[in-house]
Amino acid sequence: MKKKLVIIGNGMAGMRALEELLRIAPDEYDVTVFGAEPHVNYNRIMLSPVLAGEQKFDDIIINDKAWYDDNNITLFTGEKITSINRPNKTIISNKDRITPYDSLWIATGSDPFIIPVPGKNLEGVVTFRDIKDVDEMVEASKNYKNAVVIGGGLLGLEAAYGLKRNGMNVTVIHLADTLMERQLDEAAGYLLKSDLESRDIKILTEANTKELIGEDRVQAVRLADDTLIPADIVVMAVGIRPSIALAKEADLDCNRGIVVNDHLQTSDPDIFAVGECVEHREQIYGLVAPLYEMGRALAGFMAGHNTSYKGSVTSTKLKVTGVELFSAGDFSGGEGTEDIVLRDARRGVYKRLVIKDDRIIGAVLYGDVVDGPWYFQLLKDKDKIDDIRDHLIFGQSLAMGGASVDPLAAVTALPLEAEICGCNGITKGAIITGITENGLTSLDEVRAHTKASASCGSCTHLVEQVMELTLGDSYETPAATPICSCTDHTHDDVRRLILLNSLKEIPAVMQDLQWKTPNGCSKCRPALNYYLIAAWPGEYKDDYQSRYINERAHANIQKDGTYSVIPRMWGGLTNPKELRAIADVADKYNIPTVKVTGGQRIDLLGIKKEDLPGVWRDLNAAGMVSGHAYGKSLRTVKTCVGQEWCRFGTQMSLSMGIELEKMTWGSWTPHKFKMAVSGCPRNCAEATIKDFGVVAVDSGWELHVGGNGGMHVRACDLLCKVETDQEVKDYAAAFMQLYREEGHYLERTAPWVERVGLDSIKQRVVDDADNRRQLTERFHISQQTSQDDPWAERATHNVHAHEFKPLAEVG
Amino acid sequence: MTQNWIEVGRTEDIPYLGSRVVKTGGTDIAVFKTSTGDIFALEDKCPHKQGPLSQGIVHGKSVSCPLHNWNISLESGEALAPDSGCAHLIPVQIKGGKIYLTLPAQSKATGTNG
Ligand code: SRM
Ligand SMILES: Cc1cc2nc3c(=O)[nH]c(=O)nc-3n(C[C@H](O)[C@H](O)[C@H](O)COP(=O)(O)OP(=O)(O)OC[C@H]3O[C@@H](n4cnc5c(N)ncnc54)[C@H](O)[C@@H]3O)c2cc1C
Ligand code: SF4
Ligand code: FES
Repeated sequence: MKKKLVIIGNGMAGMRALEELLRIAPDEYDVTVFGAEPHVNYNRIMLSPVLAGEQKFDDIIINDKAWYDDNNITLFTGEKITSINRPNKTIISNKDRITPYDSLWIATGSDPFIIPVPGKNLEGVVTFRDIKDVDEMVEASKNYKNAVVIGGGLLGLEAAYGLKRNGMNVTVIHLADTLMERQLDEAAGYLLKSDLESRDIKILTEANTKELIGEDRVQAVRLADDTLIPADIVVMAVGIRPSIALAKEADLDCNRGIVVNDHLQTSDPDIFAVGECVEHREQIYGLVAPLYEMGRALAGFMAGHNTSYKGSVTSTKLKVTGVELFSAGDFSGGEGTEDIVLRDARRGVYKRLVIKDDRIIGAVLYGDVVDGPWYFQLLKDKDKIDDIRDHLIFGQSLAMGGASVDPLAAVTALPLEAEICGCNGITKGAIITGITENGLTSLDEVRAHTKASASCGSCTHLVEQVMELTLGDSYETPAATPICSCTDHTHDDVRRLILLNSLKEIPAVMQDLQWKTPNGCSKCRPALNYYLIAAWPGEYKDDYQSRYINERAHANIQKDGTYSVIPRMWGGLTNPKELRAIADVADKYNIPTVKVTGGQRIDLLGIKKEDLPGVWRDLNAAGMVSGHAYGKSLRTVKTCVGQEWCRFGTQMSLSMGIELEKMTWGSWTPHKFKMAVSGCPRNCAEATIKDFGVVAVDSGWELHVGGNGGMHVRACDLLCKVETDQEVKDYAAAFMQLYREEGHYLERTAPWVERVGLDSIKQRVVDDADNRRQLTERFHISQQTSQDDPWAERATHNVHAHEFKPLAEVG
Repeated sequence: MTQNWIEVGRTEDIPYLGSRVVKTGGTDIAVFKTSTGDIFALEDKCPHKQGPLSQGIVHGKSVSCPLHNWNISLESGEALAPDSGCAHLIPVQIKGGKIYLTLPAQSKATGTNG
């Protein structure tokens, strides 16, 4: 029979240690896990981005239920262990479940410390430890205005930032005179304070909380000097205490934490402890990197290797978007130490290295942290720095020889054993091996295989550089690249902030998001214009000066400055009247070229700009409207003749194509959007290389998405099969709306599907019927104001007349 | 400057961050208006492949060509780095809200281009 391993605590340290154990000794133990929280194992670190609205809970799950099942782990969630019976080797839960163990791991983490002031039990007073706390904060931000965070350390500041992002007035109350005083010195603390203040977060330092005031719910915080600060929610983030009650009661040796030896063994050899609840060599830890190191040692030992844990040096970063800080080691200064300092006030950069006996023992970086990992490595390796000392502060590329402008130089110079991902202890060498052995090409794959940057993500940039180094030009860094040089924000950031901050005009976006140019450029303005259209349908007034000429003039510019015009031909179907009107227009305006396009319609090329309104008027008169051949919008819906005529057709593909086109024309999308409908799997309409492709089968329709026939051909993925015509339309609308809301400007559905993953799209469009309905509904709401023919507006209603007339004719 | 100032229209005829075309016997002229209301004029001919700059997107004091997105300075006509080349700058005068241009001598002589 297998030995029974029981784990108390379903958190980050316990589950990581278990992952390691399963990797090296998959079949040795029969594993049972108890977790007090009613959830599977999630990434606690990422609660901050969840609070800030930058991620969702689903995104931060580390191991889902399937993982436990696949590994035959018995999991009890929402069940707390209340005592350990060491003589019987059992544990007892709050549901009176008695579970025997051969080996027991205590991985109970920490408890947030609650300062013992009057009013601490009022409603609205929360801590910041688990997802329940985050939910409570988000909920409060919907109903209330004022938030106070007590504690200006890492957690408190991340909470403050998150609450601010949720639109609250935020005040941070901090006892010491500088923020994060345990990680930052005064200068860096000051820079951090001004950075946060510029984001409209109030900071009170040297402020001591006296009491919390309120009837049922908290209303204000009173400080020792009697200042009153209005507060509808108070977050206590003043520190954590190892959760040791259980161990203490079982008479295990405890000090501040549960005392363990180098094998993570407690005073009872069958009981181990791992994580924040542990005290090892008189140290307790509150960051994941050391906990993961403990986990490796524990797993190794349990698998019969003689692995041991020797303690860790830690480094800190803050997860507040746009704030760059790094700190490591001891920077308190003092006897025998020397400082090397660099300041650049204009760039807001501050760097300080603390040197002792020719070695770095501490580092604080603010504003420019690229060399953080290098300093940290020198620090951990206790490398002598005397021969590079003069250039040390300028960073690795300079110190290691010559001012290199190659952005990869720093990473190139790192030794293979240099740690890139602090959270998971992943070295440069491990990433390179992972990439070359498994043929990894995307960041997500690298994360999945090596775990590098899979925890807090702050080393993403470095990991990408290693990828670039390994893969050469074939790798383009995708993540976190700003829209353009006018801003530091990514597409996702901008889209989210437009909604969050109710930004409804381009100048408002630029002001609020601190654009670095007065009115953007030809890259960001069209993107912003689209994002605002998508965010505020019917409300936002389209800014035509922020559109490319094709969309501004509703025709395609040609290389000689003339234009081409393609009227809609619904589903590729036409008739003599339309053809006659096209022929007449071509004659009347001396149009030199008439061509059948690759999209099943007719192109009139070589039209002078002044003639466009006239051409449109005549086409309108025959019932034709703009084909949007120029737009980041619905283009064509190609069809085959289908059951209407074809001897193999199983469904009415032609009329389905027409209906889809009538439903979706006029909608703006991140990039062009093409559809096709084929009447049987012979697929004559090439539906499986379209953004949304429909293929008829005997029993209904197959829906395909994310195809592309352009520069990089990509066949569609099968989204699902549906039975009715109505479903085809509903799914098309929902899929298109999701893309409209989530795609980056100028990103076709093919790269979008690859970026977010087919599963995530299926989940929201197929599995979650309610969500599908909502997407469809939003699509139709938006369509109510976008199906006016832009040609008619210009040909007969004189919209933008100036666009088509010269200012003057002279000479 | 020369005495040949020709009135071509009023500043409000041009949209902010937009442009209008003045047709001449030779190369057209693009007249631009920035977000601050400054008026500039260039020959409507990109130094790259003669794209009509009047159809581009105006930002700051430059315009992005509609064909291949070169950025051209409205103040000098120079293409901005990394590209190089120069669009011919046309002198502008504003009086009482009216825009006056002087036509480049050679445009009549050389006729249309592109
Ligand atoms: C007119 C047409 C070619 C033709 O004579 O048949 C055409 C013409 C242009 N295509 Fe296309 N494409 C045309 C069908 C296609 C097709 C075929 C189709 O739709 O079934 C494809 C491949 C399918 C696809 O998109 O997945 C196609 C893939 C592209 C691409 C590559 C897109 C990609 O994601 O890789 C571009 C470049 C771009 O959009 O950045 C492009 C860009 C262009 C542009 C807009 C280039 C430009 O910026 O000037 C051309 C405009 C010419 C003009 O002024 O009219 N065109 N283009 C076709 C118009 C179809 C229509 O009725 O609206
Ligand atoms: C908002 C936030 C941001 C953070 N950011 C960072 C960061 O950027 N970088 C970093 O390195 N670290 C960060 N941390 C710290 C990091 O999350 C912790 O160090 C880590 O989660 C500790 O792991 P653990 O397994 O020891 O404890 P936990 O992850 O807390 O797991 C302990 C689990 O045990 C359960 N439990 C406790 N008692 C019992 C019982 N009697 N019976 C059953 N179950 C029990 C608890 O409910 C909990 O789920 C952050 C923490 C928070 C809260
Ligand atoms: S393939 Fe498309 S983009 Fe290329 S020349 Fe033909 S029409 Fe133009
Ligand atoms: S013609 Fe202007 S960029 Fe090519």
